[in-house]
Amino acid sequence: MLANAPEGGFTGYIQHHMKFWNLPHVGEGGFWSWSVHMDSILVSLVLGVLFSAWFWMKARKATPGVPGKGQAFVELVLEFVDGQVKDVFHGDRRVLGPLALTIFVWVFLMNFMDLLPVDLLPWIAEHTGASHFRAVPTADLNVTFAMSITVLVLVVFYSFKAKGAGGYMKELFTAPFGPWLAPFNILLNIVELLSKPVSLSMRLFGNMYAGEMVFMLIAGLFSAGSWLLYGFGILGYTAWGIFHILIISIQAFIFMVLTVVYISMAHDHH
Amino acid sequence: MEHIANLLGQIEGLTGIGIGLIIGLGALGACIGIGVMGSKFLESAARQPELKPMLQGSMFLLAGLIDAAFLIGVALAMLLAFANPMVTSALDHMHALGAAK
Repeated sequence: MLANAPEGGFTGYIQHHMKFWNLPHVGEGGFWSWSVHMDSILVSLVLGVLFSAWFWMKARKATPGVPGKGQAFVELVLEFVDGQVKDVFHGDRRVLGPLALTIFVWVFLMNFMDLLPVDLLPWIAEHTGASHFRAVPTADLNVTFAMSITVLVLVVFYSFKAKGAGGYMKELFTAPFGPWLAPFNILLNIVELLSKPVSLSMRLFGNMYAGEMVFMLIAGLFSAGSWLLYGFGILGYTAWGIFHILIISIQAFIFMVLTVVYISMAHDHH
Repeated sequence: MEHIANLLGQIEGLTGIGIGLIIGLGALGACIGIGVMGSKFLESAARQPELKPMLQGSMFLLAGLIDAAFLIGVALAMLLAFANPMVTSALDHMHALGAAK
């Protein structure tokens, strides 16, 4: 099971799994001393293309008659997401609906990488040349913050669009306490605005990171060297895996719903 | 050498206590929260069974929200348990002091 366990036993195994696949010549120091997590980019892009191609194909071949199983599933997901958006947001759904669908399915697929065996993708990657590989893109703070900052940009954009520059500025400076306390108002509004992406991304990241970590801890039982612990490992992996199906769906759902709520709040006038 | 071992042991012991506090207090809060919400959900579902599907959706949403803070704590605790940054920085300081001598 521990195909790529380095020296250093269990802690070394965990630490080996915590390392990202960095590009070799980026991050050497100097100005370019940041790292590019190739594994997160690769997995999230592949899943995004897969999702888009799948839904696009089903939409292109959709029939008004009796739908096939694939089309019925896609319709189910679409109607579920559209219903959630309809409940929260009363307006033109032509942008927000597809956005919510993309967030829901994409985040779900990225979270779903957690349910693959923890050593599978790293093992494949090791045999094709990458020394470290982390399979779950949403367990990477960069990915979750990229998504939530995009949501923040959309919130600001729709605030400007719905209220106009003057209206939005007026709201930022006068919103909770009236015009006489403008400095406090702007401070409060900025904190409120910035807390949205932080809480969105930290919530998703924390859940996925902890889930991945628990899977690794259980996987450690497989190499503990006794049949009893091996059995506990199988039991634990199954139990946590089943529970984790709930967690990954709920986290994808929460990310989607909160995005819709934030953007529809941006449309509201105070 | 013994001083170094003492120091590292101290850091690791305190980290262990910290991990226990993070997970224990986080679990306490999250469980109380989920319990209060679940009992209210059951009460309202018993009072108005026709609202159950709608309430169920928002209950799962809130369960995810309540759990999130606890799981972020668990993630931090795991980080402290397996890749403790404080031990690493203490070792770095010791190497720097050793090089200075």
